[in-house]
Amino acid sequence: MNPFEYRRATDVAEAVAAVAERPDAVFLGGGTNLVDHLKLGVTRPGRLVDITRLPLDRVEPLPGGGVRVGANVRNSDLAAEPVIRSRYPVLAQALLSGASGQLRNLATTGGNLLQRTRCVYFQDITTPCNKRMPGSGCAALDGYTRHHAVLGASPQCVAVHPSDMAVALAALDAVVRTHGPAGQRAIPLVEFHRLPGAQPERDTVLDHGELITAVDLPAVPATRRSAYRKVRDRASYAFALVSVAAEVELRDGEISQARIAFGGLAHKPWRAQRAEQVLRGAPATAATFQRAAEAELVGAQPLADNAFKVPLARNTLVSVLTELTELTGATEPTQEDTP
Amino acid sequence: MDADITLTVDGQVRQVRVDTRTTLLDALRDRMGVTAPKKGCDHGQCGSCTVLLNGRRATTCLALAVAHDGAEITTAEGLADGDGAPHPVQRAFLDHDAFQCGYCTPGQICSAVGMLDEARAGHPSAVTTDLVGPVELTDAEIRERMSGNLCRCGAYVNIVAAIQEAAR
Amino acid sequence: MTGLLPARVIGQPLERADGMAKVTGTATYAAEHPVPGLTHLHPVQATIARGRVSAVDTAQAEALDGVIAVLTPANAPRLASTEDPELAVLQSDEVAFRGQVIGAVVATTPEIARHAAGLVQVSYVEQPHDVALRPDRADLYAPDKVNPAFPTDTEQGDVPSALADAAVRLDQTYTTAWYHNNPMEPHATIASWDGGDLTLHDSTQGVTAVRDTVAPVLGVAPERVRVICPHVGGGFGSKGQPHVHLVLAALAAKAVGRPVRLVVTRQQMFALVGYRTPTIQRIRMGADRTGRLTAISVDVVEQTSRIKEFAEQTAVPARMMYAAPHRRTTHRLAALDVPVPSWMRAPGECPGMFGLETAVDEMAAACGLDPIEFRVRNEPERDPETGRPFSSRNLVACLREGARRFGWAHRDPTPRARREAGWLVGTGVAASTYPAGRIAGSSVTIRFGPDRRYQVETAAADLGTGTWTALRQIAADALGVDYAEVDLRIGDTALPPASVAGGSTGIASWGSAVLDAAEAFRDKFGANPSEGDEASGGMPDNPHTERYAMHAFGAQFAEVRVREDTGEIRVSRLLGVFAAGRIVNPRTARSQFIGGMTMGLSMALHEQSVLDQRFGHIVNHDLAEYHIAANADVAELEAHWIDEHDPYVNPLGTKGIGEIGIVGTAAAISNAAHHATGVRVRDLPITLDKFLS
Ligand SMILES: Cc1cc2nc3c(=O)[nH]c(=O)nc-3n(C[C@H](O)[C@H](O)[C@H](O)COP(=O)(O)OP(=O)(O)OC[C@H]3O[C@@H](n4cnc5c(N)ncnc54)[C@H](O)[C@@H]3O)c2cc1C
Ligand code: SF4
Ligand code: FES
Ligand code: FES
Repeated sequence: MNPFEYRRATDVAEAVAAVAERPDAVFLGGGTNLVDHLKLGVTRPGRLVDITRLPLDRVEPLPGGGVRVGANVRNSDLAAEPVIRSRYPVLAQALLSGASGQLRNLATTGGNLLQRTRCVYFQDITTPCNKRMPGSGCAALDGYTRHHAVLGASPQCVAVHPSDMAVALAALDAVVRTHGPAGQRAIPLVEFHRLPGAQPERDTVLDHGELITAVDLPAVPATRRSAYRKVRDRASYAFALVSVAAEVELRDGEISQARIAFGGLAHKPWRAQRAEQVLRGAPATAATFQRAAEAELVGAQPLADNAFKVPLARNTLVSVLTELTELTGATEPTQEDTP
Repeated sequence: MDADITLTVDGQVRQVRVDTRTTLLDALRDRMGVTAPKKGCDHGQCGSCTVLLNGRRATTCLALAVAHDGAEITTAEGLADGDGAPHPVQRAFLDHDAFQCGYCTPGQICSAVGMLDEARAGHPSAVTTDLVGPVELTDAEIRERMSGNLCRCGAYVNIVAAIQEAAR
Repeated sequence: MTGLLPARVIGQPLERADGMAKVTGTATYAAEHPVPGLTHLHPVQATIARGRVSAVDTAQAEALDGVIAVLTPANAPRLASTEDPELAVLQSDEVAFRGQVIGAVVATTPEIARHAAGLVQVSYVEQPHDVALRPDRADLYAPDKVNPAFPTDTEQGDVPSALADAAVRLDQTYTTAWYHNNPMEPHATIASWDGGDLTLHDSTQGVTAVRDTVAPVLGVAPERVRVICPHVGGGFGSKGQPHVHLVLAALAAKAVGRPVRLVVTRQQMFALVGYRTPTIQRIRMGADRTGRLTAISVDVVEQTSRIKEFAEQTAVPARMMYAAPHRRTTHRLAALDVPVPSWMRAPGECPGMFGLETAVDEMAAACGLDPIEFRVRNEPERDPETGRPFSSRNLVACLREGARRFGWAHRDPTPRARREAGWLVGTGVAASTYPAGRIAGSSVTIRFGPDRRYQVETAAADLGTGTWTALRQIAADALGVDYAEVDLRIGDTALPPASVAGGSTGIASWGSAVLDAAEAFRDKFGANPSEGDEASGGMPDNPHTERYAMHAFGAQFAEVRVREDTGEIRVSRLLGVFAAGRIVNPRTARSQFIGGMTMGLSMALHEQSVLDQRFGHIVNHDLAEYHIAANADVAELEAHWIDEHDPYVNPLGTKGIGEIGIVGTAAAISNAAHHATGVRVRDLPITLDKFLS
C-alpha cells in the first residue's frame, strides 16, 4: 500500500474540490471496497478524502411520494428503514443479501454503487487486466470465468458488476444525484454504470471528483409488488452468480407494468427491457414468463465456464415472476424456504 | 504519513499514533496490544476481526484507523465484566462448546451481541419473510445473520445453539 | 493390556480449560506475543511458475524510511542444510512454482514492509512451466511409498478376470478438487535470536517437530531452539510441519539482528503452506448376483511438486474397507511446477472415501440392494489385505444405529421421487474410517508442586482439539486425583518432547505417556508425595500393533435438497455415528466430530482451489472466492457415537477423533444428491450448475 494523505471533509464543496484538484485523490466511504483495493495494490491513490462525516446520512421523503437516500446511509440502515421495508422490499432484500451484517454496518450507499468487480484477475496485480491497467489484456477472457458476464461484454473485459443493491435500484428506476466540479447532475441508475466497450477502466459515467450525494427512489403505487432473488454458490456471504430484481403490477390477470433487472450477468445491473416488453400486457402465465426470459437471454454469449448462467437466469426470473404473481403455491421469494 | 488518534477501547480512552494506512484492526492489535479481535483474512472475508464499533458490529480490517478517530470500541475482552464474569453470550458459548481453536470466537461473540441488538430492533435479514413484522429468531435467522463469521473448525451448530440460549 | 485405565474423570463432558481465555480473546496466538523491538517481514513472491531470478533491484525498497533490510538470494544468510527444498528459502535463484518466496523486506512496521515488498523489482529468465494434472500424462510415476509409509501399490488375486466374470460391474472415475486447509489463524512466526539461541513463537501442531526440523536447517543445536505455541488457531494438517515462512523469519531475524515477525497473508497461504492434491480416482468393482464384491480396483492419479514429493495415500482405505477376493490399488504422481502439497485433515481417507463410497452407492443400486445392506454384505471378517483381525470394527453397528436415528427405514430408493415446495429431496449414506495410530517420541513429566497440585508437562498442542482439557482428565485418572488437582503445561519445547498433533494420534500418544509417567510417579512416591517429587514417562510400545488392524469407523447420513429450477443445493440434515474407542471428553469430542462433518460438507458443496494453467497459480486465493461453508450452509447436524471397548489400541482405549468426521461426508452428500435428483456427481464440488440443463 502506498502512503497517502488523509483528509476529512466537512462539507460537500470542500470534498469535491479536494478530490478534483488531484488526479490521484479519491473519496473514502466505509472503505470496505477501497481499503481492500489499497491493500491489494489495485489502486494507489495519493489522497483519501473521507466523506463519511458529511451530512449525507438521511433517508427522507420526497415530494410526490418518492424517497431520497443520502449517499452515506449505511447499507444496514437503509435495509432496516421502515419505508424501504414496506414500499421497496426489492431494495431491502437486495441489500440484505449482500456481504454480511458487519460489513453492511460500514458500507455506504454511494460506495456500494461504486464497488468494483470481483473478477479475480482484476484483484491480482500479477495478472493482466484491462480494467486495472488499460491495454494490458484481459486475463479472464481465456481464464476462469465462472463468475463472468454473458451479456454486454466486450473483448476488452468480461467482468460483472457485483452489487446487489444496484440491481434493485435499476429495477426501481432510481436516480443518482451527484455534485461535481462542473455542478450537480441527476443520472438515471440504468445509465450510471457502463458496459465495458473499449474502456473497461471506466465503470460508470462519473467524472473525477464527482461525488454521489444521494439516490432518489421514485414513488411506487401500492399495488406494485417487488422482490429480489439471489442465487449463489454458498447459502450466504457470497456474491451472486445470478440475481433478479423484479417489480410487477397486475390488472385482471394481466401484467400491466413490469420492471426487471438482472445481476451477475453483465458489467452493469442489466435492465431487461426485452423481457419487460414481452411481459407488458401479457397474461401472467408460466408461458409468458418463459418467453420473457428467452427474449432477454437470446443474445447471451457465455464463456468457457459460465454457460449455466443462461438457464439459471431464465429459471430464476421465471420463478420470481411466478411468485410475485402468485400463480402457484410455489416457493418463497426469499431464501426462507431453504432448509 | 502518521496521525494521532483517540480511541475508547473496552472503556479506556487511549491515544495512539498510526500510519494513515493502518487499519483499525492493526491499530488495535499491533499498536495498542489489543489482540481479542483476530486477523483471519484482512479483507472483510471472514469476520474474525469483528468488534462493536460505536455499539454496532463491524469488521475492522477494512476500516482505516484515522477515519475512526474518536470511536468507541468494544472487543470480546471488554464484553466480560470487570470481575471476569463472562457476558451471557460468552457464557453460552462456553456451555455449548461453540468453538474449538478459538480464533474466530471473539469475532463470533461480538457479532452475536451486535446481531441480537439488530434483531431486537426489528431489523430483517435475507431470510425474513415478513419484512415489516417483528423478528422471530429462528435457527435459520441466526444462521443467516451469523454467516459473516466463518469458522473453519466448523462449530456452527453449537454457535447457533449458544446464541439461541443467550437470546432467551 | 486388556484392562483399560478405569474412567472417572475420563468420559466427563468438562468445559474447556482454555474456554474463558478463548471467549474473551485473551488466549495468545503466535503473532500476538509481545516481543520488544519487533520488526516486520513481508515476503516477495515469484510471479512466474518456472525459471530463474535474473536480477533484483532493491534500491527503491531500500530507500524507504523504515526499511531495515531487503533480503534476496544474493544477500540472505546461508542455511546449514538445503536438503528440504521447501525450506531452502533464498538459497538459490531457481523458481519452482509461482508464488515461491524469492525475497523479503524487513521494516519497522508491517505497512512499510508490505509497501516496500511491492517496490522490489524482479527480472526473470522464464522457462515453460507445466502444471496440468491429467490421468493420461506420459510421465506419471510410482512413488516409493505413499504417506506416511504405505506401499504404493497392492494387488491380490486376479482383478481383470474377476471383473470380466462379474455379474455386476462398475468402472467410473471420481475426482476431488485441489483443497487448501485454510485454518482461520494464518500461519505466523516471531523469531528472536539471543546470541546463538533462537526463540520461535510459531503457530504449529507440534513445537518439538518444528524445533527438530528447523534446527539442522539453520545449523543450530536443537537445545538452542525454543518453540512456544500455547494456542493454535486451527491447522488441519497445514501446521503439522514447518513451512518456508518459519525458516524465513529465523533467517531474517539473524540477518537484521532484531526479532522478526512474519504473518503469512491469506493470499500467500495458497502458495506457501501446503494443500491437498487434487485426485483422479478410477474405480472398478465387480460383484456377484447377490451383491457380494468379487473385485475392487482403485487407481489414483495425483500431483506433487517438482521440488519435493508428497504422495497422498488416497487408495489406502480401499485396502481395508470391504471384502473382495480380487483387489488392487495403485498411486501415480505427476511432478509439476506447483507449490508443495502436504497434509490436510485425513490425508488419503478423506479424498479416497469420496470415490470409494460413491462407487459403493452406485454398486448397491446396480445390485438392487439398499446401500446399508450392500455394505453389511461386504463386511470383511479380517483386514482383507493383511489378514489380521480388527482390534474392533463397528461399522455395521454405526450404520444400524445411524439408520435408526436418521429414519432410514422408510426410504424409497427411487431417485427423484420426493418433491417439497420446488425442492427435490433425497437421502444418502456413506461409511467413514480412520486408522487408530500412535506416534512415538512423547515424554511426560509429572511433578508435585508447592501448592500440592500435580504439574503435568509435555510439549503437546491444542489446535482446538481440546488437549488442554482432555490430557488433564487423563492425568487425573492416571494419578487417581481430582481434575482440579492437576495443572497442565503444553505447547513449549522447554517441556518434555511430544509428537505432532496429527493423524488423530495426539491423545492416544500423549495420553499413553501421561499414563506411563503417572505409573512411574506412583511407583516412586506412592499416594503421598512431597513437594518437588518428580517422575517421567514415555509412550510404551504396543505389542498388539503387529497383530491387529486398528481403525475407527463411522457412518454418515445426509438429507439433501436441490431446487428443481435453479439447482441450488442445501444439506438439510447430516447425522454421523462413530465408533472411535473411548471418548475422553464428550463435549469436545462432539465438537471434533461435527467440525469434521462440517468441513466435509464444505468439501462436498464449496471447496475448490482453481488453478489457472497459464500462470500456474490458484486464482481464487482468498476467502471470498475460496468458499468454505458459512453458518447458513449448515442446518441440522448431529454426531453420535457408540460405546466401544477396544483393549488393543492403547491403554486408554482411544482411537482418535480429529479426522474421521470429514471422511465419507462428501460421499454421503453426493449419494443423497443423486437420490434427490437422479444426477450422479462424480466430480467435487457439487455445485448448482451440475443440476442445470
Ligand atoms: C467479503 C465481502 C463480501 C461482499 N459481498 C457483497 C455482496 O454479496 N453483494 C454486494 O452488493 N456487495 C458485497 N460486498 C461489497 C460491499 O457491498 C461494498 O464493499 C460496499 O458497499 C462499498 O461501500 P463503502 O462505503 O465501504 O465503499 P468504499 O470502499 O469506501 O468506496 C468504494 C468506492 O466508491 C467511492 N465512493 C464511495 N462513496 C462515494 C461517494 N459518495 N461518491 C463518489 N464516490 C464514492 C470510493 O472512492 C471507492 O472508489 C462485499 C464486500 C466484501 C468485503
Ligand atoms: S474481465 Fe475485465 S476485470 Fe477481469 S481481467 Fe478482464 S479486463 Fe480485467
Ligand atoms: S480479518 Fe477482517 S474479515 Fe477477516
Ligand atoms: S473455532 Fe476455530 S475457526 Fe472457529
